[in-house]
Amino acid sequence: MKTVVTDVLVIGGGLAGLRMAIAARSRGHEAIVLSLVPPKRSHSAAAQGGMQAALANVTRGMGDNEDVHFEDTVRGSDWGADQIVARMFVNTAPKAARELAAWGTPWSRVRGGEREVIINEERVTLAERVDAHGLIAQRDFGGTKKWRTCYVSDGTGHAMLFTVSAHAISLGIDVHERCEALALIHDGERCYGAVVRNLITGELTAYLSRATALATGGAGRLYRVTTNAVICEGMGHALALETGVAALGNMEAIQFHPTGIFPAGILVTEGCRGDGGLLRDVDGHRFMPDYEPEKKELASRDVVSRRMEEHIRAGHGVSSRFGPHLWLDITLLGRRHIEHNLREVKEICESFLGIDPAEQWIPVRPAQHYTMGGVRTRPTGESPWLRGLFAAGEAACWDLHGFNRLGGNSVAETVVAGMIVGEYIADFCDKAENRVPLPVTLGEEFVKREAARLEALLGHSGKENAFHLCAEMQEIMTHHVGIFRQADALQAGIGRLQRLLQRSRDIGLTSKTWGANADLVAAYRLRRMLKLAITIAHGACQRTESRGAHFREDFPRRNDQDWLKRTLAFWPDDDAVLPRLDYEALDVKQMELPPGWRGYGAKNYVEHPDTPARQAEVEAIRTQMSDSDRFAVQHALMPYADKLPSACEGKNERLEEPLEE
Amino acid sequence: MNNTTSGSGLPPRHISFDILRYNPQDPATAPRMQTYRIEDADSMTLFIALNEIREHQDPTLQFDFVCRAGICGSCAMMVNGRPQLACRTLTRNLPDVTTLAPLPFFELIGDLSVNTGKWMRGMSERLQTWVHTLEPAPDLRKIEARMNPDLAEQIYELDRCVECGCCVAACGTAQMRQDFVGAVGFGQIARFRLDPRDVRNDEDYYALIGDDTGVFGCMSLLACHDVCPKSLPLQTQIAFLRRKMAVA
Repeated sequence: MKTVVTDVLVIGGGLAGLRMAIAARSRGHEAIVLSLVPPKRSHSAAAQGGMQAALANVTRGMGDNEDVHFEDTVRGSDWGADQIVARMFVNTAPKAARELAAWGTPWSRVRGGEREVIINEERVTLAERVDAHGLIAQRDFGGTKKWRTCYVSDGTGHAMLFTVSAHAISLGIDVHERCEALALIHDGERCYGAVVRNLITGELTAYLSRATALATGGAGRLYRVTTNAVICEGMGHALALETGVAALGNMEAIQFHPTGIFPAGILVTEGCRGDGGLLRDVDGHRFMPDYEPEKKELASRDVVSRRMEEHIRAGHGVSSRFGPHLWLDITLLGRRHIEHNLREVKEICESFLGIDPAEQWIPVRPAQHYTMGGVRTRPTGESPWLRGLFAAGEAACWDLHGFNRLGGNSVAETVVAGMIVGEYIADFCDKAENRVPLPVTLGEEFVKREAARLEALLGHSGKENAFHLCAEMQEIMTHHVGIFRQADALQAGIGRLQRLLQRSRDIGLTSKTWGANADLVAAYRLRRMLKLAITIAHGACQRTESRGAHFREDFPRRNDQDWLKRTLAFWPDDDAVLPRLDYEALDVKQMELPPGWRGYGAKNYVEHPDTPARQAEVEAIRTQMSDSDRFAVQHALMPYADKLPSACEGKNERLEEPLEE
Repeated sequence: MNNTTSGSGLPPRHISFDILRYNPQDPATAPRMQTYRIEDADSMTLFIALNEIREHQDPTLQFDFVCRAGICGSCAMMVNGRPQLACRTLTRNLPDVTTLAPLPFFELIGDLSVNTGKWMRGMSERLQTWVHTLEPAPDLRKIEARMNPDLAEQIYELDRCVECGCCVAACGTAQMRQDFVGAVGFGQIARFRLDPRDVRNDEDYYALIGDDTGVFGCMSLLACHDVCPKSLPLQTQIAFLRRKMAVA
């Protein structure tokens, strides 16, 4: 049996995974990255519009800083986020953007002087500061008070991924491509790596490591209509869940992006609306101001998606043979802007719709887009239940996004979490207590177990077809666990998913090859996907409130009194058909920003009993410290500096805020 | 949207795919053509068509898709003899019988799947396609170095390459020599050459591409330029590099 030994095993070759590997390698630890596909093809490349980092270089970003980014992020999360993590994130994001700038990302840059932009259907002249000329530019995005989203045209994720990948290659980091982790090797207390299947040859190998990091992205493919790449099947989530020990957090928090092109679900960026694009209905009417007079098209994604579906339900959708849709109008931005700043959008419209978006409106409808839930970790990225198991990026729930992620915060999170968690992984490897002998025999046992499972699948002549069961699961998730949820439909959905899980035990494969075999892959992934689907549906059914992207028609209010807590899901018994749910309360008394109204969406929630007292306390501290600088006030409200690794510490310089030497 | 018919009331069109099948992992098999027939549908792409074949007719068929949105470069294949991204190929633009084959030049994994990732990593290591700097790591707390906005846009223009391999598959020189770096390599050298953050000079680049495996191996057939799915200005860049390398 083949065994590979390394200090750090990173599962997933997108931005978060590569950045963690770089951090570990730079601290002298050997890191191997596993990737289903060549890493530059990871779903990170699909992030179009940009990365939030409070650099405050553009005029409309002036006054932006970590405090504003923090508040936007927490409000966006509908107070589900861990505020300590949000603080760590907003303080590191500018550093991450600047690191990428040094490594070669061709960020779009500020052009000093006047320029014309479209804001709220009007042509407005903005004067960019001459002393900002050549600095990284920012655009507007949903749910943000300032223009904060740094971008590379509308190919931001691609440019970032190529930069980080190039940097990883320059450090000689090994990427084992077309390899899939089938199970984590662990003893119930500590994780020691993974059983890995070579997708070309079918060969199984035990990868033994001191630290194992999951960076496998989201689980969008649980849904029929999703913007996610075909590899986003939640396999990292499943690896953790199937240990029976580690928990997943907030899996019911699923984001639907307002502008998936209809009906294929391919993403067109929020940058379209950020740059001034409008949503229109069957009559060509711009309907968002009717619902959201303040933020209009640029409320948070959960709110805009719900308003769109609400408008369709009211009969204002455009009918087509695939069902109703709405329009995204970017014609008002002009051809020059589209051909320079929205060129991927233009290509997508030409290739998949056969239209010219400078002339024609784009048919759109909300599509599954992001998995806020993930492998529950501490702010260091480590699982509280399994030592040596780390997670970062979309696969993780350290919990930056709570129940709704802001646009531009995910691709930012990949590199920020990559930096922070990567440093913690290196710290972990440095510690003498973690230089434990790697358990070769345990690795062999896990490989044998996985081999036996694969052989059983190949040998079984069942009557079910994995592809068909998968399509059924995707239908159920789309119809029962979508944007609008309610008890009956969720219950029915769970029942149907459980029956699918049982039927999945009777899959018969047409192709019996041990090597490259799409049939086999579909079969073993399906069982894991069904467990995740049930976990999402069950969590959604139990959560009898509405928060962020989780919207219950039968419980439309946010209920802080009963539900200001994070869902934890465990799957200890492999034969079970339901996870065990547990809850972790968020402590209002520690919050820098106590729960309140988000500033958009419904102004309707049940207050937590601790909120008034904490609110008064926060206000008192702010009044008392009115002469202190914002850093001192922040520190008094919610100290977090000790949570940042030293490589990420320090204030961030801005034109308006020079660093004191 | 899988099983829809055209909206015109006409009987649905059927489309045949002649696919080059071969699994090098299985020494008992030999390369062969296999035909699959499916019903065409509105807005169907080769991504949808090939998945339908795999899910309903033949689960052994191998191919690669990731983003299915034309941005990741995974799915390049020969469609009626021309390298292109399969996910962006609408079946309504294809004839009734279409031939699909894997990209030539790259290591074959099986059927339509080739190992572009391995080759691209090798290319990147060989041409050192990353920013080379003599500076110590910058202080990340400080304001970033400035860059001319037009230059940033020019760099991005070349940075848009998705390493799909179409340019190499279409390349006359690459048909004859396996060690040719291809237009993708030239495009990346041109990108870093333009980037003021990279300290390398033309002599350094000459050492990387100043021979027949590099820019002097190019025969100026320029099919690379014609097939690039991202419409990169490869023709101009190759000509420019060759002129610069000739005097380097």
